[in-house]
Amino acid sequence: MNGLFSELFISSLVSGGVIAGIPLIYAGLGEAISERAGVLNVGLEGMMLGGAYGGFVGALHFQSTWFGLMCGGLTGTVISLLMVVLCVRLNSNQIVVGIAITLGAEGVTALLHGAIYGDSYPRVPTAHPYAIPLLSEIPIIGPGFFNHHVSAYLAVAVVFFVSWVLKSTGIGLSIKAAGDQPHALEAAGGGVHRTRTIAVLSTGLLAGLGGAFIVLVGAGLFVPFVTNGKGFIAIVLAMLVRGRVKWIIVASVLFGMSLSLTTALQLAGVDVPIDLVLMLPFVLIIVVLFAFGRRSYLPAALALPYDREQR
Amino acid sequence: MVLASEITPTVELIGITKAYPGVVANSDIHLTLLPGEVHSLLGENGAGKSTLIGILSGMVQPDAGEIRIEGKTVHIHSPRDALERGIGTVYQHSLLVPTLTVLDNLLLGVDQGWKLGREMAMARLHELATLLDVEIDPSSIVGDLALGQRQQVEIVRALWRGEGVLILDEPTSMLTPQGAEKLVQVVRRLVSKGLAVVFITHKLNEALDLGDRVTVLRRGKIVGEVTPDELRNKSRIQVTDEVLKMIFGEKSDASQGTSATQISDTAGETFRVAHVSVKGDGPHPVLDEVSFALKRGEILGIAGIDGNGQKELAEVLAGQRRVDNGEIILEGLSIQHLSIAARQAKGVRYVTDDRHGEGTVGPLSVALNVVLKRVGEAPFWRWSFVRHGAIREFARKLINDHDVRTPHEEVAISTLSGGNMQKVILARELALEPRVVVYNKPTYGLDARTTAIVLARIADQARSGVTTVFISTELSEIVAICHRVAVMYRGQLSEPISVRPGIELQLGALMTGSTAV
Amino acid sequence: MSAPHGGTTVALAEHKSQTESRLERVSRSMTNALIPVVGAFVIGGLLLAVLGRNPFAFYGNVIDHGLIGSLGRQETLIRMAPLLLIAAGLMIAFPAGIWNLGTDGQYVMGGVIVAALGPELAPHVSGFVLFTTLFIVGFVVAAIWSLIPAILKAWYGINEIISTLMLTFIGLRFSAFLVKEYFYDRETTVPQTRVLAVADRLPRMFSSRVHIGLIVGLVAVIAVHFVMRNTAFGLRLRIVGINPKAAIHAGINMKVLTLAIFTLSAGFAGLAAAINITGVDGVVRAEWNPAIGLLVVPLVFLARFHAASVIAFIAAFAVFQVGGESASRKADIPNFMVLFMVGLLLIFMALGEYMQLRSSRKHQS
Repeated sequence: MNGLFSELFISSLVSGGVIAGIPLIYAGLGEAISERAGVLNVGLEGMMLGGAYGGFVGALHFQSTWFGLMCGGLTGTVISLLMVVLCVRLNSNQIVVGIAITLGAEGVTALLHGAIYGDSYPRVPTAHPYAIPLLSEIPIIGPGFFNHHVSAYLAVAVVFFVSWVLKSTGIGLSIKAAGDQPHALEAAGGGVHRTRTIAVLSTGLLAGLGGAFIVLVGAGLFVPFVTNGKGFIAIVLAMLVRGRVKWIIVASVLFGMSLSLTTALQLAGVDVPIDLVLMLPFVLIIVVLFAFGRRSYLPAALALPYDREQR
Repeated sequence: MVLASEITPTVELIGITKAYPGVVANSDIHLTLLPGEVHSLLGENGAGKSTLIGILSGMVQPDAGEIRIEGKTVHIHSPRDALERGIGTVYQHSLLVPTLTVLDNLLLGVDQGWKLGREMAMARLHELATLLDVEIDPSSIVGDLALGQRQQVEIVRALWRGEGVLILDEPTSMLTPQGAEKLVQVVRRLVSKGLAVVFITHKLNEALDLGDRVTVLRRGKIVGEVTPDELRNKSRIQVTDEVLKMIFGEKSDASQGTSATQISDTAGETFRVAHVSVKGDGPHPVLDEVSFALKRGEILGIAGIDGNGQKELAEVLAGQRRVDNGEIILEGLSIQHLSIAARQAKGVRYVTDDRHGEGTVGPLSVALNVVLKRVGEAPFWRWSFVRHGAIREFARKLINDHDVRTPHEEVAISTLSGGNMQKVILARELALEPRVVVYNKPTYGLDARTTAIVLARIADQARSGVTTVFISTELSEIVAICHRVAVMYRGQLSEPISVRPGIELQLGALMTGSTAV
Repeated sequence: MSAPHGGTTVALAEHKSQTESRLERVSRSMTNALIPVVGAFVIGGLLLAVLGRNPFAFYGNVIDHGLIGSLGRQETLIRMAPLLLIAAGLMIAFPAGIWNLGTDGQYVMGGVIVAALGPELAPHVSGFVLFTTLFIVGFVVAAIWSLIPAILKAWYGINEIISTLMLTFIGLRFSAFLVKEYFYDRETTVPQTRVLAVADRLPRMFSSRVHIGLIVGLVAVIAVHFVMRNTAFGLRLRIVGINPKAAIHAGINMKVLTLAIFTLSAGFAGLAAAINITGVDGVVRAEWNPAIGLLVVPLVFLARFHAASVIAFIAAFAVFQVGGESASRKADIPNFMVLFMVGLLLIFMALGEYMQLRSSRKHQS
């Protein structure tokens, strides 16, 4: 039996939602770390795309999903170095550099892919899912949530890890101080530049992983601009969760579901104009902004460059 | 008795020099900090104190000179380095992270790795709190603490890695008298344990009251010192006079003042503030039923310790902050709903204390800053198009009238000194027929000569009919020019009383809340 | 949420204009603008070499087709028109510290309505009236599209980077929806609006294919430059961009000004679409997204908002875009060099700005 609320619809919604949402978890988590430390990273889309391409090449070369993911993470980290050098160390305008990184990454990945693989459009090795025993047997939603490649479960684990780091470690404290009162951190003997460097590099790593996931676990191949705006969405999600990192999981999966709504609806045989459905998640974000935006919490020193000898 | 010359100084600065573009902040400074001594460093704002502190605390690198700790030459490369060497600094403006707990703030920067040594930190906190004889709750959020308590945490943090030198930068500026007393107790205790304490202030009396030794700084140079012997043996008046001579280079009257003209009893009321209240984020209102009424040409002084609502009152009068309750009436017209521009049109002027922030636009020229509040108005703009000639002419006139030192009216205003910037702001607000002027700490950071000029101008304006609200933390200034004075305490304004000699005691009691406002 | 504003970049541009003579200023901006360009070309060349293509041949082809060949040159000029208009809009927003990154959405929304309306109006009105109406429609629709981010910013203080980006995503989808459901030409198989007859399009100049939209674009950029330097509105804008607190203190009505800036900035993007449709395309397909908005952003920055530099950079960009299409085909690579080069340009510019600050600090002390 088809239609809304049918088994097919729900299971495809959940499954698609998770696949679409995991990259958002990775990238959104990364962005949240940067923003907490006071760096607004508009180049997230570029880092994800770099990770997507790097992951693609790596997986092809090593014929392994995991090696691909690692390469993706590495590529993202390397790209974030640009952000580190220009914005953290040299105090350049974070937004301009972020746009530059995004445009540059879009250009170079599309170019490289087209020039090298344009004719063959190779596919990467399949990412084998691992079904969590018991949980994946829950009717209807079980497989959707609990039958994915391990990197999906890893994303959730990383969120909890980062949450712990922010709360209970020295580096977590430093990150929070760098975002709220950088002068305090410097006066206490910590290093604002050093802390922000670590934060931005982590963002690059996570964004790269997210991008690689899109290609390796999601699509199965690389096409130019494969990230399709997910990086920008991750920035918004990071701002919306207002520093409470664990909420990224919920926000990302929900958003992922709204992104995969069209496929689910089609499968369920429901006939709604695709474009309106695709519009929905973004409209929702605007609504959320109106409703909660005012009371939102952003670190006081966000996007302000830090100069130790400022008079 | 051990002679001073036989004790190894804890810290010695020899020939320290530091220059920034356009100004020499410290020039050939020699300073000796001895253990067990409170060393007062006295100087006006802009004399170079902040830079000196920056050098001692590792934030700033000197261009030339030598630093010796316990007799050995060292190079302090970073704040962390300074802290590890036992030099702790408590800055004027809190450098704690308000969103973190006390304990987390203390752990900040100590250990950048994975594990946080929370138990060890608690132990150290206990140790230092005992040393200072204060009580500190490690789990309270810093943002919730009172200013005096925050300062105690800062002191603990300063001494965390080692107790050698404690530098206190203008520590009493935000404290109540009780808080200040507690601070003195803490300082005395530390000194008795052999620490060297450096106490930086611009207030002469404080420097003499609290210091065992006083060094005077002026325009980046050390201009004199008062040794412990001199403090012990000479009379207070003698020492004060000597120090004043050091600062100003000439005999200046310790008690200066322009007496305010009498306001006729029959003059009508022209400006009234009635039960103005503004809610805040916390439990206490920011402004609580503030009321006063002024006659034309009257100067009302608003005294009080910084942070009791004075700035908010100024903003409410100017239109930068909305009132939740109450009325503001100018010549019979309610203006509390009017925009800032509309109030300006009605003759309301606001001389802000925030020179670099909202008062001026740094990269723009002095000329443009002069007409900053008149963008679009004739004769400077005609049909929306700018007329540079008219602006320049106006600016030149004001620069001359107010003795603003600037090479040209077209240079960026950020190149001017703080004092000259203030002159520009003053000139701007007082030009073109003001009716009511609100001044917020107009003499902050100005040297004595400029201060006297500014005060005289304010009094002059009042004599020609400008109703004035004069907010200041300097009681001497208020007493000098105001007709009446009221005190702000926790958002409430006391009943204005006429200024008369000896009123300072009464005001002091009101300022600390020991008498109800 | 408050927006991080382009304070340093803006302040730098302001400060320089105070301390130098005109000639010094112009030659300094030119050198500063050229260095990033050279850097980008070098790195771009290296990439081509790595891919086994000849960089000199590539760049040669770019110039050849984009500038030297008459057909290509005309195409370049045609491409410049909408870019200039978008740039004019950004020259209003960025100095005020407002990051209007939603020009793509504003462009598309304005364009869709104009494309739908055009063929309906054309039989009844003609020439000047038709164009003026369509231009106004494009401007207004795009301006309306920016109202939500404008209100979010002016009343709620919400970062316009997110809101304008979100509105772009929504706009792209919504315009596709409109074309597919309402505006489509029943006689074609592909969902697209009815075609605006060639006879009804913008007149050409000098017996070439270049339409008068280019003039509109040039005039717009110059006019905006003039307004920014010489009117009260322009000064208020710059004050807000440098120091928002001072703007409030000076009595500037921030809400009204913010709304005005958004609507003008977006309006120009809509006008750009109107010009392109009435001048060249005549039609809009569903899923249409030329995505030129974001590319103009770096160009305006590199030009430091000065009219002459903006025109020069956009001309160079258009040459590269047009020439690049042909050069990419000849080198057998997909046409993405432009994208990559623009990213590089910005990065080098950021580096260059840092070097400048460094050297001017040295000169001062």
